[in-house]
Amino acid sequence: MTRQVVFPVTRMHEPLRVEVEVQNGRVADAWISGTMFRGFEFMMVGRDPRDAVLFTQRICGICSSAHAVAGGLALEQAFGVQPTPDGQLLINLILAADFLQNHLRHFYLLAMLDYVTVDGMPPFAPQKNWDLRLPKAVSDTLVDHAKKAVQVSAKAHSMFALFGGKAPMQQTIIPTGVSHIIESDRIMAYSSMLKEVLAFIEEAYIADVLTIAQYYPDYYELGAGYGNLLSYGMFLEAGERIFPAGVAIGKGAVAGLSLSDITESTHASWYGDQTGSGEMQLNPDKEGAYSWVKAPRYQGLAVEGGPLARGWISGEYHRGVSVMDRLVARAKESLKIAALAEKWLGKLAPGAPAFQVYTPPERGEGIGLTDSMRGALGHWLAYENGRITRYQIITPTGWNFSPRDEKGLRGPVEEALIGIPVKDPENLVEIGRVIRSFDPCFSCAVHAFEVPSAREGVK
Amino acid sequence: MLTRRNFIKLCMSATLAASLSESILPVLRQAQAEKQAEKPPVIWLELGSCTGNSISLQNAVDPGLDEFLSQAIDLKYHWLLNTVQGQDAVDILLDTVHKEAGRFWLVIEGAVMTAANGRVNYVFSNQDKMVTGLQAIEEFAAKAKYVLAVGSCAAFGGPSAAYPNPGGAVGVEKVVRDKPVINIPGCPANSDWITGTMSHLMLYGIPELDSLHRPKLFYGRTIHQLCQRRQLFEDGIFASFPGEAGCLYKVGCKGPTTYADCPLRQWNNHISWPVKAGAPCIGCTSPKFPDSSMPFYEHFPDISTPSTRVSVKKISAAFVALGVGVVGTHLAAGVFSRRIHQHFLDGTKPSDPTPPENLAEVKQELDDLIRRQNALLSETKQLETVAAKEKKSWARRVADFWRTEDKDGK
Repeated sequence: MTRQVVFPVTRMHEPLRVEVEVQNGRVADAWISGTMFRGFEFMMVGRDPRDAVLFTQRICGICSSAHAVAGGLALEQAFGVQPTPDGQLLINLILAADFLQNHLRHFYLLAMLDYVTVDGMPPFAPQKNWDLRLPKAVSDTLVDHAKKAVQVSAKAHSMFALFGGKAPMQQTIIPTGVSHIIESDRIMAYSSMLKEVLAFIEEAYIADVLTIAQYYPDYYELGAGYGNLLSYGMFLEAGERIFPAGVAIGKGAVAGLSLSDITESTHASWYGDQTGSGEMQLNPDKEGAYSWVKAPRYQGLAVEGGPLARGWISGEYHRGVSVMDRLVARAKESLKIAALAEKWLGKLAPGAPAFQVYTPPERGEGIGLTDSMRGALGHWLAYENGRITRYQIITPTGWNFSPRDEKGLRGPVEEALIGIPVKDPENLVEIGRVIRSFDPCFSCAVHAFEVPSAREGVK
Repeated sequence: MLTRRNFIKLCMSATLAASLSESILPVLRQAQAEKQAEKPPVIWLELGSCTGNSISLQNAVDPGLDEFLSQAIDLKYHWLLNTVQGQDAVDILLDTVHKEAGRFWLVIEGAVMTAANGRVNYVFSNQDKMVTGLQAIEEFAAKAKYVLAVGSCAAFGGPSAAYPNPGGAVGVEKVVRDKPVINIPGCPANSDWITGTMSHLMLYGIPELDSLHRPKLFYGRTIHQLCQRRQLFEDGIFASFPGEAGCLYKVGCKGPTTYADCPLRQWNNHISWPVKAGAPCIGCTSPKFPDSSMPFYEHFPDISTPSTRVSVKKISAAFVALGVGVVGTHLAAGVFSRRIHQHFLDGTKPSDPTPPENLAEVKQELDDLIRRQNALLSETKQLETVAAKEKKSWARRVADFWRTEDKDGK
């Protein structure tokens, strides 16, 4: 029995440390640590609630717009306002462009390099991988596509900037819509760029994922974990979520979501005991703790989110839960989102009001739930006299990469690592593949407050 | 080869039809062919950050990241991109530090997290020994040829250091004291600012910096100076809500104190920039961002942090009441706790991290504050004069400009 540490697990956003116990050539146990703390929720208290959209998106540079949308939804509820129909379309188009950017970059720059032969320049060379199965010609094609994908994903961010002002970190989303005037030339430009991105997804991305799946069929059997899937749903249209909210336990039937079933544990996180004020003390010396990430649970269970969970809950992907299923579901979702964006673009009317003027009431409370690229994202806020009194965020990486809770229940990714065969304990190629299939981003993972007792369901 | 003068012209040119890197790469290629510039080994270290600046670099267009990496720099270590992982990646990092000492560039993204002696931010482990970001930067910076702080967190602490700064985030300059740090702030930094600064370093060495160590070729002028809506400001036509036509000053634009060339360069391959998209500038290249520019949607004489709000009018009233030179306790307390930021008018003044320790220093700060206040008042006076020249209901316009309450009288 040996213990191995991989830190940093590269090709992901912000650091992740993983420790595995290997027994008889398989992973017997695993511990995943988020090793950076910033404490955004502490910072939110005392600020103007209108700033929540622009401030909280600074949590994450890769999924900035998802935080903006979640913050915007929380403010809508707190202020009692609604986006205009065209404003909602613009919000969707900004978020959609960010999804396309993220999914392309995740596959071609982060995940794919586990399966293809790369040579040439640093930081891509050197490569130490004993399990490269693609013939050279096929591998070279995929690497060529990766170079193209760098440009196409930048184009997706240009689409984002068309209505968001700049990318990453858009600046136009407000609770009643988007501050950008709807102009025909912008619609044209978005449409033209979208066609290019869509063509790349259809011609390269989907095929490349399936190529890898063809050469690595064993990864359809690896990294299943609990099979507990959760999504808050996303992309609103006329008050309805186009991707529905829901939860499926143990790859089972899809059930509705009840927010009061969400709890959070700090058992294995570096925080001291909670005081009555709701404030959390940092405690890097805490016995038994190994991560800055806390452990959210749904009905006491560890659940995972992301494109696979969304596909499962919307009834569009039921092949299985595994490393390869996550990659395939992400590619299929890109196609769906690109098609949706095309539809929304067609509904936009030049000159239609993209926002309306509002005056925030004295006090308010709101919950903003949406899925981000990598899973379920929730913002909870309360404010009084124009100042935020409480702000809580539960991030997708909190769900996916949570550590153990009081009952010793492993987080979803820790569980997915159990039983993974290990050929060379000094070079844990398989472990990296499992972890990267979740599209990890530890920028957003760490936060420091308790979940309020929320009672409402998700629309 | 391009002269330095022409290079700067190229970078500052408003008429560039394409991204900056497209114009610069051929020059670099030529210089490298003539052996005037060599491909420098680069270590990109992420500390307390959101990865936004790496994403911004990936947004470089025509040519993109791929070509910049193959033709401009040797990016030895960046955990977002390294194919190898764990100890193999750490070996590359440490090899570069030791073998290329004095040659490699250290690029820092994210603030240095100092709480719990840096233990809130481990960045790698070497032979099972955990290393914090604070330790890494202290060790590596001493051996680096250049230290670049990319993004506002690395440059000044940025959002990671927002009040009450639970992670103890500070800018790289606060930790690396024996070596000049080149700051490329922004939230995130525009990809052109990153590639442009790196290209200048390669060809001509350190570019001319302002007092906050930002390259003047990108941060030499204010947003306000370059803004397409500047004429609307002069004409006194103001938007009363983000997204409306008119100058966005009254809905919180921090353009007058923010040094960056966004209006000219724009973002994501010349697509847009916030004011063009109807959103006020939030001053993301300034020191003490975001605290110094929040609330984002309040116009900027309102000085505000999570715990206090002092408007220019109140400050002026206080001076009238007490007599200028008398230290009002309220103001003194504000200065003491660093709640009143110095950078509202003087964006290029270096930030001073230590609170004043004695009365003389407090007085000095207050004098500075008064000086800036006067400058601000004279600027608005000018505005009033312009408005006064307008025949049509000028008094209403001035009153409207100073009106801080909204339509409901709040």
